[in-house]
Amino acid sequence: MQAFILDFEKPILELEKKIKEMQDYAATEGIELDDEIARLQEKSRKLQEDVYAKLTRWQRVQLARHPQRPYTLDYIERIVDDWVELHGDRAFGDDPAIVAGMGTMGGEKMMIIGHQKGRDTRQKLYRNFGMAHPEGYRKALRVMKLAAKFNRPILTLVDTPGAYPGIGAEERGQAEAIARNLFEMTKLPVPIIVVIIGEGASGGALGIGIGDRVLMMENTWYSVISPEGCATILYKDAGKASIAAEALQLAADDLLKQGVIDVIVREPIGGAHRDFDAAAEMLKEAVLKELAPLQQKDAATLVAERIKKYENMGFYENYSRQSA
Amino acid sequence: MVWFKRKSQGLVPQKKKDMPELWVKCPGCGEIVYKRELERNSNVCTNCGHHFRIKADGYVNLLLEPDSVQEFNEEIAPKDFLKFKAKKRYSEQIKAAIKKTGQKDALISVTGTLAGREVVLCVMNFEYIGGSMGSVVGEKIALAADVAMEKKCPLLIVSMSGGARMMEGAVSLMQMAKTSAKLAQLSDAGLPYISILTDPTTGGVSASYAMLGDVNIAEPGALIGFAGARVIKQTIGEDLPEGFQRAEFLLEHGFLDLICPRPEMKEQINRILDFMCADSPSSKELKNGSVEANKLTEAKISPPVDTDKN
Repeated sequence: MQAFILDFEKPILELEKKIKEMQDYAATEGIELDDEIARLQEKSRKLQEDVYAKLTRWQRVQLARHPQRPYTLDYIERIVDDWVELHGDRAFGDDPAIVAGMGTMGGEKMMIIGHQKGRDTRQKLYRNFGMAHPEGYRKALRVMKLAAKFNRPILTLVDTPGAYPGIGAEERGQAEAIARNLFEMTKLPVPIIVVIIGEGASGGALGIGIGDRVLMMENTWYSVISPEGCATILYKDAGKASIAAEALQLAADDLLKQGVIDVIVREPIGGAHRDFDAAAEMLKEAVLKELAPLQQKDAATLVAERIKKYENMGFYENYSRQSA
Repeated sequence: MVWFKRKSQGLVPQKKKDMPELWVKCPGCGEIVYKRELERNSNVCTNCGHHFRIKADGYVNLLLEPDSVQEFNEEIAPKDFLKFKAKKRYSEQIKAAIKKTGQKDALISVTGTLAGREVVLCVMNFEYIGGSMGSVVGEKIALAADVAMEKKCPLLIVSMSGGARMMEGAVSLMQMAKTSAKLAQLSDAGLPYISILTDPTTGGVSASYAMLGDVNIAEPGALIGFAGARVIKQTIGEDLPEGFQRAEFLLEHGFLDLICPRPEMKEQINRILDFMCADSPSSKELKNGSVEANKLTEAKISPPVDTDKN
């Protein structure tokens, strides 16, 4: 596949190309260029540090949507053993926009659920661009209850541009499906870890996003509405999405400050799409680290703390919540 | 007479007068209805059954005995913690909404009695930034659930909202999680939660507490759905079927227990709560046809709009 390059990635990739050329040249011609190469590599490292240290929120959104970014199954392939995918909501059908299954990660057996986007056109259509229908949320809930029955923790990977807005989705109760998941996930007696791995758009993301620990990868976004949707409402112009992204404060460090997420998971320099294996390892490490303390807790404590966690979310004037 | 000669004949068309306050035109059937009569019928058109949008206190008076009503947490106000900048600042919008509605945010919570039985009632107000749900709405619902659990009484929420409040970003999204979590807690305590869906109930509110009632009741014709009609139309590129996302559509597809005209709402809820909780003396009275009950059922709801009339 042809590389997809974002504007701010260009100078870095050009420099890398130059280094590669020089290395090839040195090898084939037998010329000593080590000093020069080292100098360029240092320059490249500095440039990357520079660019990625001050990414705007809109640039984070672009990275979150990068067409070469790893998706749920890319991670599962790399960090999950004995994967058995489970299908269907037992009521209407199977939704390919959400994948679910059992597997082992770092020796821990867990139920894994995630939105799934497609890579090429055919796959994109098959996965409906990662936009789930009600049956997707109901499948997710069904397997989560299965996890609860067999006392296994749950990991959900969130990456969706939103729950699908269509006639069928409304007929089958998109609102009810999401609401039911929020309600039921609150009560699940096993640890739940949520990781935003790409896009976290509104109710479509939250529908599998209630957890004891909510993690967000570095180059992702999570909000109540997409920047385009927000721009359409504010300016009647979806093209002003970059402004809306700033207003919504939807990047990982924003959400950490707002108390919506607990942990930011670092990505390889340049973003997860530059190195799938490294990104997957970083994700795995972060999940296992958060899971360990949760597994020490009994079900009642888990649920009580989960409710408390969400109770504490909010900002008010003339009032502060008293912890009961 | 040709129009350009009218003036010379001294026939000046009368300036269109504003309709006197006493009368209102029904958007459902186009009839001019007498306002007093409309009010007597809980703001439901006596001709076609169209439900006029009413204010939050309208529902309080409709469902609870007025003397019993006590509002709580009315002081909790919203905060522009993101310093949300658009054409209008969120802080300005808050100020304007408070001035317009006299409420600090889009939901009021009260305790009171419904046919003698103590309940906690929350009512949304669409006039306050589209009835949108931000931190304050979420917090007041959470606290209302706490009060219901403390008093061991039912919780009723009247929804009327465009969804989550964009100006509070992801925190407003989390109010869906928060309210649903509290309802799960309430449910585990074995207490009833009745969701009353009115026009409109969409977005994050429909995808959280509005859909989670032990019993979901809607007013006739109310717009209820997850995604906005405009968004769906844009996505699928075709027109939407008639009656799409109306209460009747949701009933047909299995997401509502019943559709109930406003004048009968109290009586129906009382029957449902009677089933769910221990009897209270006056609730029996209402069920057996006391004066009040008769008054409530008096209003007639005629079938949908007679289009020939227009």
